[in-house]
Amino acid sequence: MAILQAKMDAAEAMIAAVTPQSGGAWAGEARKRALDSLRKMGAPHRRDEYWRYTNPADFLNADAPQAPVMELDEGMPFAMLDRVRLVFVDGVFDPAQSDEPAVDGVEIEPITTAMAKDIHWVSSIYGVLESSGQSPVSRPLAALNTAQAQQGFAIRVTGKAAKAISMVYLRSSETADAMVHHVVKLEPGADLTLTENGPAAARANMVLEVEVADNASFHHIRTQGRDHLRRSATHMFTRLGKESSFKSFTLTMNGILTRNEAVIEFTGDDAHATVAGACAGDGNFLHDDTVFVTHDAQNCESRQVFKKVLRNGATGVFQGKILVKPDAQKTDGYQLSQALLLDDNSNFLAKPELEIYADDVACSHGSTCGEIDADAMFYLTSRGVPHAQAQDMLTLAFLNQAIEEVESDDIAEDIRARLAAWMARRAG
Amino acid sequence: MLSIKNLQVSLQDEDKQILKGLDLEIGAGEVHAIMGPNGSGKSTMSYVLSGKDGYKVTGGTATLDGVDLLDMEPEERAAAGLFLAFQYPVEIPGVGNMTFLRTAVNAQRKARGEEELSAGDFLKLVRSKAKSLKIDADMLKRPVNVGFSGGEKKRNEILQMAMLEPKMCILDETDSGLDVDAMKLVAEGVNALRSEGRSFLVITHYQRLLDHIKPDVVHIMANGRIIKSGGPELALEVENNGYADILAEVA
Ligand SMILES: Nc1ncnc2c1ncn2[C@@H]1O[C@H](COP(=O)(O)OP(=O)(O)O)[C@@H](O)[C@H]1O
Ligand SMILES: [Mg+2]
Repeated sequence: MAILQAKMDAAEAMIAAVTPQSGGAWAGEARKRALDSLRKMGAPHRRDEYWRYTNPADFLNADAPQAPVMELDEGMPFAMLDRVRLVFVDGVFDPAQSDEPAVDGVEIEPITTAMAKDIHWVSSIYGVLESSGQSPVSRPLAALNTAQAQQGFAIRVTGKAAKAISMVYLRSSETADAMVHHVVKLEPGADLTLTENGPAAARANMVLEVEVADNASFHHIRTQGRDHLRRSATHMFTRLGKESSFKSFTLTMNGILTRNEAVIEFTGDDAHATVAGACAGDGNFLHDDTVFVTHDAQNCESRQVFKKVLRNGATGVFQGKILVKPDAQKTDGYQLSQALLLDDNSNFLAKPELEIYADDVACSHGSTCGEIDADAMFYLTSRGVPHAQAQDMLTLAFLNQAIEEVESDDIAEDIRARLAAWMARRAG
Repeated sequence: MLSIKNLQVSLQDEDKQILKGLDLEIGAGEVHAIMGPNGSGKSTMSYVLSGKDGYKVTGGTATLDGVDLLDMEPEERAAAGLFLAFQYPVEIPGVGNMTFLRTAVNAQRKARGEEELSAGDFLKLVRSKAKSLKIDADMLKRPVNVGFSGGEKKRNEILQMAMLEPKMCILDETDSGLDVDAMKLVAEGVNALRSEGRSFLVITHYQRLLDHIKPDVVHIMANGRIIKSGGPELALEVENNGYADILAEVA
């Protein structure tokens, strides 16, 4: 079992590369549990079922490969929101650049502060949602994050948050690693918008655990930063109570390697979850969306909507699974993953899966890969729209189906403008 | 205005000739109608003139005011003043009708070295033209042709024509599938655009449309060429007797 040995050796190397962390009693246990499970599952390997399309090697090297820091030539996203900004530089919280972390209806604390306490609400979520998301598919990078993370916030929302919370990730080092772990708990009926933007670090390992209690709503919008050579592995774990709602949208432009995993579990009836993404890649670019939705309650609705535009040899990966447990009747599961290839060199690799054990469900999935529609192209150009501009219009139109999942019209419009600018930079 | 000489066209991927020596001269301000059996090559002619891929010109010429059309990209032909109202207008999900119209109008203005229309001026213009075609605000907001009825699609073609103010307008079976009222709207839209400097080529099967848009010349096309030309009475003859007599006559 050479592969197994390799996975174990690599896991030990991952563990050796990080400094052991302690904390209060519960935190120490959570970290130890994560380390133990990482030792058992081993590091991700090319031959693992969900790493066939994406080579994990660059997440495992001891040092982060160098990635120049991009000077942004456009304003930061989410500026239109009434919000509190929490700024990180190379994955380290920078209070000087941040707003006062105070929002009515919300408790905000650094996770390390929470971990130093012997009794804390965070103990019921930190590493708990992550570890339940390790089966049936293991997610070693998330386990490593739980064992090690020193950065991130514990956010507890008790009512409708008066402001949005924005995590702003800035970079200064060309070779920094970042490991950030946020924990969000929405109490019954609570409502929060959380945004994240920026590339976090040359190489980032990000975990977000979100517990959405009955009747609560969580809105998450993320833009991952345009630095070309940055690498990011992100995990989102969420557990949804009765009549709750979870909506997450991610915009990705550039980045040499991105793996975004979302693990969603319905535990209360009549809840809704959307996880959506639009991505645009040019050249040396691999973007991987790996999603696992478990329906373990009745009458819940899940939507996955992923759109990718790929050119100059860029690669898109989608691995999405809907698992419907025997008692999850009246499940409505929807999964759409589409790629638009702007040339013959680009690739889309998709693994859409449905596993259904209940009989009264409506699940659909569609995965397609195509080029610009020639008839639409001719129609536009015959009206005088230049070829390049027509291509951009049709490309944006293609992405728009994912962008429409964003509830806020202002944010959706901002995202469209950023994608249009991305295309304009490639024109001529 | 439009001058087509001995135009021969085959399919790009198949060894099949569709236009077999087509001749057509349309002077400035004239309205010509083309009638002819299905499959005779009328749509192919309009596609080739406007620059659609998939066809191979193997002989002949087509010029617009002396400029070689066949050498240009579709957008250049549009900027030069050519417009085709499609027999089957294309649906484009995700592109708003209004955005599409404004982009097209301004792209053409830019290509001709004219100033782009301001958002306000554009809006005023489009609203007034849409109103006379009974195109409501909702249709302008929706994605291009998506969910439009057959008649709405055709009226949308005429709206584009009215906004772009081309000098050579080709209408490919714009009347097909329209009820009497919709056809009247379309005809009024066309008539409103008639002027000394603007010519029309109206492809149709029906006399009905030609009652409203009075053609100067009527051509009969069959098997890839014009087989007979005449005055408006030729359309009446087709209406009454079909194509059989004319086909037999030239055979
Ligand atoms: N892209 C194409 N592929 C195959 N056949 C085509 C294509 N375009 C036109 N044709 C054929 O060319 C002939 C003329 O078609 P068309 O120009 O649509 O005629 P009309 O508009 O007069 O009805 C028909 O036999 C049609 O099937
Ligand atoms: Mg036709």
